[in-house]
Amino acid sequence: MDGVDFLIVVVRAVMAFVLLLVLTILNVWAERKVVADFQNRLGPMRAGPFGVLQTVADGLKLFFKESVLPAKAEVGLYVAAPFLAVIPAFLIFLNIPWGRPFTIGGREIALQGVDLNVGLLFVLAMSSMAVYAVVLAGWSSGSKYPLLGGIRATAQAISYEAAMGLAMVSVVMFSATQASGGAQGGTLSLSELVARQAGTWGGFIPRWNAIPLFVAFVIFFIAIVAETNRAPFDLVEAEQELVGGFNTEYSGMRFAMFFLAEYVNIFSMSALATTLFLGGWNGPTWDGALPAFISAILPTVWFLVKTYVLVFIFFWIRATLPRFRYDQLMQLGWKRLIPAALVWLIMSTVVIGFRQFGPPWS
Amino acid sequence: MGVIGELLKGMRATGRELLLTVSGKRMLTTQYPKEFRAKPQRFHGRHVLNRYPDGMEKCIGCELCAGACPARCIYVRGEDNDPLAPNSPGERFGFVYEINMLRCIFCGLCVEACPTEAITMTSLFEMSTTNRSDAIYTKDEMLMRPDGTVPHMFPDDHLANLSELDTADGWLRATAPSGSSAYEGLKMWQGTPGPADWDPEPSQEERDA
Repeated sequence: MDGVDFLIVVVRAVMAFVLLLVLTILNVWAERKVVADFQNRLGPMRAGPFGVLQTVADGLKLFFKESVLPAKAEVGLYVAAPFLAVIPAFLIFLNIPWGRPFTIGGREIALQGVDLNVGLLFVLAMSSMAVYAVVLAGWSSGSKYPLLGGIRATAQAISYEAAMGLAMVSVVMFSATQASGGAQGGTLSLSELVARQAGTWGGFIPRWNAIPLFVAFVIFFIAIVAETNRAPFDLVEAEQELVGGFNTEYSGMRFAMFFLAEYVNIFSMSALATTLFLGGWNGPTWDGALPAFISAILPTVWFLVKTYVLVFIFFWIRATLPRFRYDQLMQLGWKRLIPAALVWLIMSTVVIGFRQFGPPWS
Repeated sequence: MGVIGELLKGMRATGRELLLTVSGKRMLTTQYPKEFRAKPQRFHGRHVLNRYPDGMEKCIGCELCAGACPARCIYVRGEDNDPLAPNSPGERFGFVYEINMLRCIFCGLCVEACPTEAITMTSLFEMSTTNRSDAIYTKDEMLMRPDGTVPHMFPDDHLANLSELDTADGWLRATAPSGSSAYEGLKMWQGTPGPADWDPEPSQEERDA
């Protein structure tokens, strides 16, 4: 590994970081605009054309505000919690391949922060870490509303993490049967999972995992909505009952970091769903028919389009559904999603095993 | 299927609103300081002290408005007119006239009580100040000028919409002593601020047409 390789690694990480940051700033604005459209409103219009710079203005405002430290706060954890929220949110996206690898000067550059061979496990670990931020923020604030928000976050994370993990398992199992070329067996590497969704069935149906694994996709999507604490699963924040939930006592830049983490999470989780179920950056690129640079950009475009469809559904759900009651949340998680995910896992195991090894009596 | 069906039903309802908004068929908000929405005809806004077309003040300093005011925000002191140079056609005139706009509830009872229709309401409502004492409007700020224009506290402010001061409260026209309850088509007591006459209210048939 020489200096250039090192530089490439750094550039890859910085590119993923910058892409995520810019898109997040746009997403905050986009959500406000889209939700406004759902409610026959205009939304932000003043800062920049169509209010694009609204997020920048809000961010600057929060940057210059005082970060109040509550008297009863547990200082160390209170200060650390916002960072605990932001860092995992970014680390999730660093694993996600957002474009087709291309070759410059004999070196292959993957458009992905880092390609871990246990990428999926890492993503699961980080999304669980993000819950600690909420729980610790709630507890360390030394105030009752944040504490209630933190308690809710704990219960919610446990219930929905399980369904999310089970939905992921069926993806890993299914993609093990899709191995082609030199690769054999299952994989947890996200770039490999994407590569195994390349091509089509019968020439026109894309080989997306979401098509054979539709139930898992739906369960996974519901679970990530809950995992990112978005409406209708935003009991953690619940303005009406808990003031602001876990972030009630936070102000200034510390609050901004929680806010940033929420939107980074929406995008990273949608990107993860795209990677696992919707074929990642796979899509028609018309190599040869179009100029080379367009063919090189198209996979990134497909990736963004797919991700933004999911992000839009996030917004749509938020504009439509009222918040679940606590017992409804638990009921949906434990009595519906986890049994459904388990049954789906067993059924898909049976089908995959049957197709791979033939009937057990043979 | 019940939950999913309900969910899809809800998503369809909001999705329809999205399409209506995006296609420009329904928009409930406007860019307020840039665009002004037409106000209802009987909107109760800031008060104006009127003059007769010959330039005389209408107020006779009777203090009936102050008596009628439920918020007790009007302070009037009358004074005898100088017979050689009268301010108003009556015996007395409003020497001091103050309304505390922070207390005023814009009910319009002062307008109703006024025997000479000296005080009327306009449709101006942007009256924010940076100072409590600025919110107490004195006679200088409410009395129309001899040319019929009405003073504005901040005429250069970007929020100031001076045309609102020329729009009189239509409720006055219906309840004016010389009017009838069906005030359509009748030319009644002057309702607009300023010496000019105003056109009679259109009849309901005309308005619907």
